[in-house]
Amino acid sequence: METISTDVAIVGAGGAGLRAALALAEAAPKLRIALISKVYPMRSHTCAAEGGAAGVIKPDDSLEHHFNDTVGGGDWLCDQDAVQYLVQEAPKELVQLEHWGCPWSREPDGSVAVRPFGGMKKERTWFAADKSGFHILHTLFQTSLQFPSIERFDEYYVTELLVEQGRCAGLVAIEMRSGQMRRFDARAVIIAGGGAGRMFPFTTNGAIKTGDGMALAYRAGVPLKDMEFVQYHPTGLPSTGTLLTEACRGEGGVLLNKNGRRFLQDYGMGPETPLGHPVLKTMELGPRDRVSQAFWHEQKKGNALPTRWGDAMLLDMRHLGEKTINERLPLVRDMSISYMGVDPVTDPVPVRPVVHYMMGGIHTDINAATSLPGLYAAGECACVSINGANRLGSNSLTELLVFGRRAALSALEFVGKNSARAASASLAENAQGRIRELMQRTGGKETVAGLRREMMQTMEEHAGIYRSGEGLAAACAKLGELRRRYRQIELHDKTNVYNTDFLQALELGSMLDCAEAVVQSAAARKESRGAHQRLDFPERDDRNFLRHSLASYDAGGPPRIGYRDVVITRSQPGVRDYSGGHE
Amino acid sequence: MRQVELEVLRYNPETDREPHFQRYSVDCQEEWVVLDALNHVKETLDPTLSYRWSCHMAVCGSCGMMVNGEPKLACKAFLRDYQGVIRVEPLRHFPVERDLVTVIDDFIAKLASVKPYLIPRDKAPQASEYRQTPAQLKRYKQFTLCINCMLCYAACPEYGLIPKYLGPAAIALAHRWNRDSRDGGRDARQEEIAATEGAWECSFVGACSEVCPEHVDPAGAIQQVKIESTVDWYQEHLMPWLKK
Repeated sequence: METISTDVAIVGAGGAGLRAALALAEAAPKLRIALISKVYPMRSHTCAAEGGAAGVIKPDDSLEHHFNDTVGGGDWLCDQDAVQYLVQEAPKELVQLEHWGCPWSREPDGSVAVRPFGGMKKERTWFAADKSGFHILHTLFQTSLQFPSIERFDEYYVTELLVEQGRCAGLVAIEMRSGQMRRFDARAVIIAGGGAGRMFPFTTNGAIKTGDGMALAYRAGVPLKDMEFVQYHPTGLPSTGTLLTEACRGEGGVLLNKNGRRFLQDYGMGPETPLGHPVLKTMELGPRDRVSQAFWHEQKKGNALPTRWGDAMLLDMRHLGEKTINERLPLVRDMSISYMGVDPVTDPVPVRPVVHYMMGGIHTDINAATSLPGLYAAGECACVSINGANRLGSNSLTELLVFGRRAALSALEFVGKNSARAASASLAENAQGRIRELMQRTGGKETVAGLRREMMQTMEEHAGIYRSGEGLAAACAKLGELRRRYRQIELHDKTNVYNTDFLQALELGSMLDCAEAVVQSAAARKESRGAHQRLDFPERDDRNFLRHSLASYDAGGPPRIGYRDVVITRSQPGVRDYSGGHE
Repeated sequence: MRQVELEVLRYNPETDREPHFQRYSVDCQEEWVVLDALNHVKETLDPTLSYRWSCHMAVCGSCGMMVNGEPKLACKAFLRDYQGVIRVEPLRHFPVERDLVTVIDDFIAKLASVKPYLIPRDKAPQASEYRQTPAQLKRYKQFTLCINCMLCYAACPEYGLIPKYLGPAAIALAHRWNRDSRDGGRDARQEEIAATEGAWECSFVGACSEVCPEHVDPAGAIQQVKIESTVDWYQEHLMPWLKK
């Protein structure tokens, strides 16, 4: 097997991976950086983020406000030291992107413009029309091209981390173009592999979001934290799940049930605000978990609008007018017309909640370090616990910048203090052997598509917006069964060049591991908090569950679930108030 | 429901001597795009079919391919716009790696060659943003919208004839940075884009702008580059005292 020797290997070249690479290249120009991704960097799913990135910049705002919004929005499951670091670094990171040329939308005086977002007390979301993630990703990618020390390995799929004597010493990856395996010896590894929304059938997530980064760390012994917290974005197109950004509501769009009523006022988010004058942290600017849950109740009451793709509500933006929609929400208009045949300028757009984001992920400390020396993680794949039980819109783009950089600095420090230690040859050979076995297996009874379908159905049915003990028990049993049956998969395609049958089998393996961590963690959390709602335990239970779930991998069975205390520095758990009555 | 006949180019360098077409009959929903039909084939009929895709919302740029001879994003090629057999091939002008997957090394190298990053005109302000008015933003914004899908390269007859030609997206990208009020790197980029294989190679067919799914108008960018290069030439040779 060909060996590539590097200093820091980064797995994933989306926002977090690129930000980490840039931080390394700037801080230590002689450092060798291997940026490894299963796709070309600009295909990474950061490109699909629409609304913007939160960072305090306006004089009437403060870090304190951003901190409080985030901690309350997360239903007090955030680690407050991590949130403090996020809010204080956020403006610097967003300014840094501006200095790299990001085309942020502007005020008439040339300063950066900000827009309101759900659950935020002040306007602090930096945006580039409704393609903010796209512009952030392309700015980072293009900026990275000036650094020769960043060596890219595009379309390489990482199959395993190499752990030598309790330290991460590199990884093994497949070059998709040749099907050949490569060994990377690295003095530190950063995982920035994105989320896992593809476990669910109806998601805003692109096809590549299959939890590979999470599974890599998990199988290497690093726990996955708070995996039961899966965010439903309230407004996806019912036909395709395509995201219509929260900025639709930030700009003044409203949600209606089939009777034309702005129903959020019936779920503690009212009183109704005047049309065209959105009020922060109220009604349509409530947090995503609450809005998605309100839709679920409307559905139960028979107030949802039936469509041929299932029940929906209406997102009405007509009063914004064509000019504002074209300037601020051009992608939203294009998507609505293309995929639904509805022009938001003239008609309300049917939408429904859709799986969007994993609050949970690879457990890291505030420095983006995992429990495995030499291994770091950042972005959606990581759980540094700034999102708690529910992420506020526009905190994730900020998170991947702040903690992408943080992971790089931590890795750099580690590399400075520790001499290189190559993994023994047998580790890489065993990893190669496992891949070869899957590739060559015959007599298997299972198919990738078949198991994937069963996994998605299970997640949709039992791990959605509202969950029950009974349903989760069934899901745990089913995912255990799928885990066993996965070993019986036989590939249809046993050739080497760009074999997507093979790639999808590996991705399915990642998703099954993540999915089992989700349902096992959810079954064990007998309370309702943020995005995790239990019909059988409808109240938040701070006495027993003001703590993080940790799912630890067990090769032979379901994960072991443990817990860890939440870091509370100054905000004691309180009531999440999104009514018009809040101060 | 509608029965759609897909004719898909297949090529596996390990097992095929040359590319061939394979026919699939697919039960499709009315509102589907070509990508949905391909996914349906992959999932239910033929797991060996290979192609790139991810976002299904025309922003990741992965799924460019030829649909009935035209460069299209498969996620935005609606079945309702086609009758009869739909022929799907890899993007024209790029070597085929496998099935609908092309080798894009040339394009990636060209993107990097135009120095597509901010070369600051002035030192960045401390702890705050550069000022840039909405009017200044508008001067280059359109050219930032390129998703690197390469449809313009597949449409460009010049690129087909002269593979060294820098091509529409790369020139438009250089132009994007040149027009940014924060940037001072035009001279550094000019060498690449005003060279023989740069903008002057373009014969202004305009096909690039017609197929662009994001309305970037690379043809417009190329013409602007030509005009600016001409002005450069006159300034340098006829009015040297004007050159900064």
